[in-house]
Amino acid sequence: MGEPDTAEPNGARRVASEARDRVRFEEEALALADQVYRVARRFVSTREEAEDLVQDTYARAFRSWQSYTPGTNLRAWLLRILTNLNVDRGRRLQRRPDETPLEETDYYLANKMVESGGEQVLDQDRVVERLSQDSIVNALADIPHDFRDVVVLVDIGDFSYADAAQILDIPMGTVMSRLHRGRRLLKARLAEEAVQ
Amino acid sequence: MSDGDCGKCERLLQGYLDRELTTQEVVEAEQHLNGCDYCRRRYRFEESLRVYVRTTAAERMPPGLMEKLAQLRSTDPGAAPL
Repeated sequence: MGEPDTAEPNGARRVASEARDRVRFEEEALALADQVYRVARRFVSTREEAEDLVQDTYARAFRSWQSYTPGTNLRAWLLRILTNLNVDRGRRLQRRPDETPLEETDYYLANKMVESGGEQVLDQDRVVERLSQDSIVNALADIPHDFRDVVVLVDIGDFSYADAAQILDIPMGTVMSRLHRGRRLLKARLAEEAVQ
Repeated sequence: MSDGDCGKCERLLQGYLDRELTTQEVVEAEQHLNGCDYCRRRYRFEESLRVYVRTTAAERMPPGLMEKLAQLRSTDPGAAPL
């Protein structure tokens, strides 16, 4: 008791084994960097901010690697750090989440497009024709961040509702309602553009 | 199909696309989709929209960032081979 483990042969083995675990952790975390960046990029408005955020995330992750439980979802663990850092940084002040009532139907954008161009605009190629890459990126950036975060995690990060709830530290029911509203806001923005 | 069924199908649509429905709900959604051209077209539209959002909004990591991240490592990968 009280003696440092490294004084014992067992202790030395443990240190070596911990070093290997740490290397493995770092390798696995780095392998996810591109996926982490994709989410970060849509959380913030510029590429530079996204790069900073990802670097800060990895710096913290590498420092606190021992609080990660092997076998659990490492990508979600990294995104949890990233989300907390993003909140700590004090995001740009945004207007209150849009309180205006939304369209009654999920099919709003589809129906708007049909009104302007007939049923065939719902074909996959036509969707792509009508909605430019810029319009999607801009529409996403316009959504208040509480809603956007959930849309980005689920639609771009491909996280489950449960993972998104854990990452954002909110109940799953809140994930679902924000996701629903976020997607409707996105579609309302896209509709403005698509039917012009 | 009655409007009521379309309304219910639409409520299930998001969870269906996200693969978050219970088995029972999946059965209900699919039964309706199989018999309703209106919902089926809109379901396909929602699906392609989602794929399109995912692909257009996903930006690859800029060159050089990986090197910067690797420099943040505390370990030297060569020092403790796996």
